[in-house]
This record gives sequence, C-alpha cells and structure tokens, in this order.
Amino acid sequence: MTRDMILRGRLWVLKSGENLFSDIDTDMIYHNAHLAVTEIEKMGQFALGNLDGYKDFAVKAQPGDIILTGDNFGSGSSRQHAVDCFAALGVQAVIARSFGAIYKRNAINSGFPIMELPGLPDNLFEQFDEVELDLEKGVLSKGEKSFNGNPMSKVARDIYLAGGLFQYAEQM
Amino acid sequence: MGRTIVEKIMSSHSGDDCRAGDVAWIEIDNRTARDFAGASVVGNLEKYGGDSPIDDKQKTFFTFDCNVPANTIPYANNQHRIRLFARKYDLKVFDVDAGIGSHIVIEDKFGKPGTTTVGTDSHLNIMGSVGAFGQGMGDVDIAYAFKTGNVWFEVPHTVKVTLEGIPAQGTEAKDVALAMLRRFNNHELLGKAVEFYGPWVEKATIEDCITFSSLATEMGAIIGMIPPNDNVLGFFDISREEAVYADSDAEYSEEYILDINGLEPLIAAPPSPSNVSPVSEHSDVKVDGVFIGSCTNGTYQDLKYAAELLKGRKVAPGVMLKVVPATRETWSRLLDEGLLKDIFNAGGIISNAGCGGCASGQIGMTGEKEIQVSTSNRNFKGKQGRGNTYLAGIGTAVASAVLGRIASVHELKEVRT
Repeated sequence: MTRDMILRGRLWVLKSGENLFSDIDTDMIYHNAHLAVTEIEKMGQFALGNLDGYKDFAVKAQPGDIILTGDNFGSGSSRQHAVDCFAALGVQAVIARSFGAIYKRNAINSGFPIMELPGLPDNLFEQFDEVELDLEKGVLSKGEKSFNGNPMSKVARDIYLAGGLFQYAEQM
Repeated sequence: MGRTIVEKIMSSHSGDDCRAGDVAWIEIDNRTARDFAGASVVGNLEKYGGDSPIDDKQKTFFTFDCNVPANTIPYANNQHRIRLFARKYDLKVFDVDAGIGSHIVIEDKFGKPGTTTVGTDSHLNIMGSVGAFGQGMGDVDIAYAFKTGNVWFEVPHTVKVTLEGIPAQGTEAKDVALAMLRRFNNHELLGKAVEFYGPWVEKATIEDCITFSSLATEMGAIIGMIPPNDNVLGFFDISREEAVYADSDAEYSEEYILDINGLEPLIAAPPSPSNVSPVSEHSDVKVDGVFIGSCTNGTYQDLKYAAELLKGRKVAPGVMLKVVPATRETWSRLLDEGLLKDIFNAGGIISNAGCGGCASGQIGMTGEKEIQVSTSNRNFKGKQGRGNTYLAGIGTAVASAVLGRIASVHELKEVRT
C-alpha cells in the first residue's frame, strides 16, 4: 500500500435523501452476523451490507475509491472489521464530517487514512467526482471547488506513514 | 488551573501532566479482550508479537461474553483459538460461564476508582461508573496493549453536567440516562469525557452508576465519569483519598445543567437510542418480546427488581420474556435467594450469564415486524435482529411483558397479583 499524503480517486458520496448520511453505525458498515471472520481479505464483501441504499456497495466499489459521509460515521461497536472491510476492497480513504471515537482510533492504528471535514455542506461534492484529498493540509478538492477540514494529527500521520501501529512501534 | 478526573487518571498513568488535547502514552492496568475480536487480537500477536507477546500476564485476560456458549462453528473456533493461546502464555480466561467482562472487572475489583482498563468491548467506558477510565478499542490497539502495556490516547476535553433535582418514584437510572440522550442526542458529546454531578449522582447505587455510565457510548462520549460516592467507595472498601476527583478549578470545555426533577419513565423508540420520549406516549404499541439483561441492566439490583415485580404475576399470552443475568455471581445470588423462581413462574426464559440480546443469538433474535422492549443500550436497525427494538428500564420492561403492550411500572401496579 502506498503511503502518499495526497490521494486521488473516485468519490462515493453516501446520502440519505438529499443529505449526507449521518450516524452510520458499525452494524450498518459491517454487520455483527459476520464478526467471526478474521481474514481481512474476506471482509470486503460485507462492506456497507446493512446500509439502506448501499447494500451492493461491495460489488460496485473499485480499488482507489474514496468514501464521503456525514456526522458520526462508525459510531457503535469497537469492531476493527468496520475499517478493514474498506481496506479489503482497496478503498483509499473515508472522509466524514465527524467520526465515532473508537472508529477514528481503529482507522488511525491500522494506517487507514481518514479525514474530518466539520461543517461540510451536503451538496458540495457529487457522486463519482474525481477528487484530490490532501491529508497533510486536510483539504478535499475537485478542480475549483474545495473544502478545508482538519489536517491529520501528528500521531495519525506517524502511524499512517509507518503502515500501522505495530510498524510504528518498531521504529520507536 | 486544576485538572478533571480523566486528566488526573491519564497523568498518573503516563508520568506527564496530561491536559485536554495532549496525546499521551497511557499505562493500562487491565488489558482485556472478549470472544468477538479476541481471535483477531491473538492473530495480531502471532504476527507482530514476537517471542514475548504479553507484557504482564497478571494484568492481561480474556472474557468470553458475546456468544456464550458458542452457537456457530466460527465463534467456537475463535473462542478455542483464544483458549489455546491463553494456555500457552498462562493467561486467565473468564470462559463462557463467567458473564460480561466489564462487569467482572468491577465485581472482582480489578477496576478500582482511578484505574485504567481497555478491551474490545465498546461499553468498557462503563468503568466511568466507578470513577475509573475504561475504553473499548479495536483488535490492533488491544494487541498493542497486551504486548506493551500501553496505548496512545488523545486526552479528551471534559464536559460538566449537573443533574438537578430528584426523579419521580418508579424512575430508574436507565430513565435518567435516556433523559441525557434526549437532551444531547448521539453526537453532541462526541469525543468528550463527561463528569456528572448533582443529588441523584451522589445517592446512586453502584448498579445505578453502571447503568447510567453504560449509555455514554450511545451519547458519543469517550466516557461518562461519576465521581465515586459513598456507595462506590464502600463497595471497593476504600477512602475518598484513594479515589480520584476533579479539582475545584478544573477546566471544562462546556458546562450544562439538566433538570431531572420529577422525571417520569422514558423509552427510546427505534431506530436510535436518542429517539427518546415518555413511556406514556407509546401505550398503544403491542409487544411481542421483552429482553432483560445486558451490561446496561443486567445487575443483581436490576434482576432482583424484575423478580419482585414479576412475583405473582404472569407474562401476557404470546409475549416472550428473556432474562439474562450479567455475571455468574449475579446468577448465583438470584438462585440462592429464590428470585429466579419468581421470574420462571411468571413465564420468563432464563439464560446463562452473558451479553444476551445484544450479541447475535445468545438468547435468540427478533424477526421482521417483531416488537421488542429491551433493557439494553442499542436499538439500531438490525442490531438485535430484524424487528423493532425499544430501549427502556426494568420497570417498563416488566410492565410491558405483563400487559403485552408498552407500559410503565405505574400501570403494572394496577394489575392484581
């Protein structure tokens, strides 16, 4: 996996009606019926499998895609599967207005890039926009339109560049 | 400037003067994993743990509570993979008979006020109930804690909430927690630690504190801290000096007052724990099943109360009443005191200790269109099956089981025994 600070890819905008989908909990991302799975490569097929409107996400997603959602993404349980299922599909990053606290940790520790864009308007970006995500600066953009969010924290950046918490620990 | 409870606990466990916003490496007193993500923790340690994957075996243990005993082959495989790993490294396993891990940490007094606990249970912040720090984490974090004894943490900002007044008779800790969810929704406290004050908090039993703090996760909070009151200090047999309290000049990011005076029983309608309204507004909803238990409402106090309400009454025809004590110790006390008999005679199904209705399948799932009243903490779509789950306290759960529709404990009193 590359460790670029600038990512480019196709944007999946998760919406509920006209608004960015908020409060997507870990059972919607990765249902508890599949928690016994421990191999990451087998988790991709269940990604968003319990989210209304996106149950076929795993079939339609392409490696390199970037996900955009609303507030409190990944609330609920502590399951790492809810991060790993996206990595398994080759999804490059998840962007949200805000994340559930445990989800945020899990993503950071597994070296999976996430970006918080507090206050992002619902309709600034559209489904399948080809976007650029600057992790260093915390900016999501497509051509002229862009939105500034929170830059990656130092801990998150160090762990991301190392490739995960254990790899980071080896460098300490 | 003084420090909040979470700043003090993190300072004492890192050696630094930790303030909100700092990132610190925190030493963990209790490093746990449950049966769900435990096998992945083992997998990480086998991959990255080298020859010494366990920092301190006295502080490291597994708790099987989700799928107990395993009712699918994959869960059975995962549990046994953990047992074999634990045998190899001489680690304690609280096996499928033991009950909910977070409750065992309190019951066995590993998690005294001021200590730190992590595990793969997202409700481990229940430790806030005794003025301790606890946090649920994913399998990478937990494997790291097993191997090194530490995890990094961004010290959270603390919000101070004062609960003013005393709730009405028949209103429980669960209702007070639901009042918090009604006021703050599920993301207004996102990423914050919360400290609770007020007359209700000062008098709460340790079981009330457990119920109340267990809902912090649903409030989006990192932890809901209850400064240890006399009941909690008495349980651990320690003095005030041995517990951790905030300084009088501690810095809070926000301060709120929530009036709970005369609060009546509340219920969270599907599909969100923050979708809260008075029980009395739902009296036309027919109920198919009732679940009593979970880390939120599975204590001895909770089930004793349920048994007392059920004594001499019957569950309505066609209603399932599922009861799951939180721990084996709770089971034992209920058995010795004859309370299980009251639940049984009323028509209840009693399962072995564990997480019960929240995890898939220990005591069954709900089917499409099935209406369940549950004393647990989550009613997200698909969480407890395909049906619709309402979250409520013990009194509402029992009254709904007996009357066959959503009802408060006040209505139950009209049913003759």
